[in-house]
Amino acid sequence: MRERKGIIVFVAWRELRFARGRFLLIGAVVALITLLVGFLSGLTGGLAAQNISSVLQLPGDRLVLQQPENSDPSYATSSLDENTVTAWEQADGVESVTPIGIVQSRASASRIDDPTGVALYGLPQHASGTQSNPLFDLAPVHDDEVGVSSGAADDLGVETGDTISITGTDFTVSVVGDDLWYSHTPVIALTPEAWSEASKRVGGTGEATVLAVTANADWEAIGAATGTVAETPLASLTALEAFQSEIGSLGLMIAMLFGISALVVGAFFTVWTMQRAGDMAVLKALGATTGSLVRDSLGQASIVLIAGIGVGLAAVIGLGTVAGQALPFIISPITTLAPAVVMAVLGLAGAAFALRSVTKADPLTALGSNR
Amino acid sequence: MIQLQNVTLTFPDGENRITAVDNASLRGNNGTVTGITGPSGSGKSSILAVAATLLRPDSGGVLIGNGSDMTDAAQLPKHEATQLRREGIGIVFQQSNLLPALTAREQLQVMARLGGGTSRNKRAKIDARVDELLDAVGLTEHAGKRTHQLSGGQRQRIAIARGLVHEPEVLLIDEPTSALDQERGAKIMELISRLTHERDTATLLVTHDLAHRHTLDDLVTVLDGRITTPIAGRALIR
Ligand SMILES: Nc1ncnc2c1ncn2[C@@H]1O[C@H](COP(=O)(O)OP(=O)(O)OP(=O)(O)O)[C@@H](O)[C@H]1O
Ligand SMILES: [Mg+2]
Repeated sequence: MRERKGIIVFVAWRELRFARGRFLLIGAVVALITLLVGFLSGLTGGLAAQNISSVLQLPGDRLVLQQPENSDPSYATSSLDENTVTAWEQADGVESVTPIGIVQSRASASRIDDPTGVALYGLPQHASGTQSNPLFDLAPVHDDEVGVSSGAADDLGVETGDTISITGTDFTVSVVGDDLWYSHTPVIALTPEAWSEASKRVGGTGEATVLAVTANADWEAIGAATGTVAETPLASLTALEAFQSEIGSLGLMIAMLFGISALVVGAFFTVWTMQRAGDMAVLKALGATTGSLVRDSLGQASIVLIAGIGVGLAAVIGLGTVAGQALPFIISPITTLAPAVVMAVLGLAGAAFALRSVTKADPLTALGSNR
Repeated sequence: MIQLQNVTLTFPDGENRITAVDNASLRGNNGTVTGITGPSGSGKSSILAVAATLLRPDSGGVLIGNGSDMTDAAQLPKHEATQLRREGIGIVFQQSNLLPALTAREQLQVMARLGGGTSRNKRAKIDARVDELLDAVGLTEHAGKRTHQLSGGQRQRIAIARGLVHEPEVLLIDEPTSALDQERGAKIMELISRLTHERDTATLLVTHDLAHRHTLDDLVTVLDGRITTPIAGRALIR
């Protein structure tokens, strides 16, 4: 095994052992940066999930929100009246329209005195075009029932069959479902009628917040005619104020970290590879092919990167599992593997950038006395 | 055998070009150490670089091989020249130019791992010769040492062993004694002479130090890029 690897990176492998300290150092830096990026990604992912996980479950091709005259559309203020809903339903190419209400309020259970902030969803039964869907699985059948997401059930300390009070009205918990959130509050689902009443009691209009529309239609034309805007579910997230500010700042931090790591890791391998240029010139004079030297250099960079990233990733998963009990933290391929791959690519890019000093190394310089 | 035929080499020098090697012809026979001497800047290293295929001459040929099987190294495309250096030429530099991360033994083993589809067979052959050459240069005991643990003379001996481990037809050596004292210099020159005779190698050796001339079989003098004096005579072809 060692001999096999040795053939590919004979010199590089021995350099790794010879300059152990230096490589341990850069490996540690790679590991630390991977840990930082991974941890921040996990946290960002966790926060994002607390913000948008329910919105991402909304069905349909597009989500229709009210388009205010002088500002951007917003989930918090959107209100779509009967006429607007009807206009969408009757527009050309529209297959189905599901009106959905969202409003933030408070709920309390008799067992726990303190009320809990919750997001109330007004959901019809079995929205057309949806099969099993974690959000719609919460939709209750009767107006005096609610479906409670697991986060809300935990906060309120309730189970199926318990009673909770929302804006002064009592409801029976008909189902406890998945962990769904809207703008950092856990979701509770009501029937559209019950939701409309609740919305009015907290100062809302009682009209739908968003329409989930399945259609093959001229979205912009219908939107303009009805004073609405139809966005893809992902694009509609910018209509969540909390999401925009949070992801904006955390995203900036992650981007900056990537920038810094690109510089650190890239610069190290650039300098290191350039330092090897003298030895590369000797090997070339002795008859080494450029290909074998490139493999040697990239192989060396890969070994250091893979080891550093591996350690960093293990730390992310370890610490993330611990942190996940207290913080919103997500361990998923996007928050672990994606940063790892980006780190590897950046490091190799740095090494590849410096490869010119290997491929251009003049074997003649080996002959001179001024090496 | 290596034969330089009417080799001319120029370097760009501002607007003009300076002639480093001027129509030089020279033959190195197998089993012979051919010394190349001359003042500083006369073109000795340039001649060696052309012979080593590290520089392509403006004109002239560098024939390497035996009898009817001669290759003009000056005309080879780049990758074939690289292959020739890997298989047919041994180079010993003025500074020993060993790789600091490798042990003495690995300095020789690396010759079997320079890429270019080196076959398993060839690699095994070179590896098998490593111990023999370490023994030939008297460094078996120091095989596990790295460059910084070796003396200047020991480094130069390792470099010579490295130049021979792949059994090249031609051995090219530039100023092997310049970093050594008189006594060690003499030992190195005797070693080169012995190995050249034992292994029937065509050795070209550049030196400006004629104290060890008795170890040379032939000697030519270079002046302003021209080969002028055939001291022993045989190396010069008219
Ligand atoms: N890469 C180069 N570019 C331009 N001129 C060069 C280059 N290499 C050598 N020369 C010139 O070619 C001439 C011959 O140089 P060369 O190195 O062959 O001399 P040398 O006989 O080996 O000298 P020394 O004994 O000092 O090593 C010199 O005038 C030198 O300045
Ligand atoms: Mg010289």
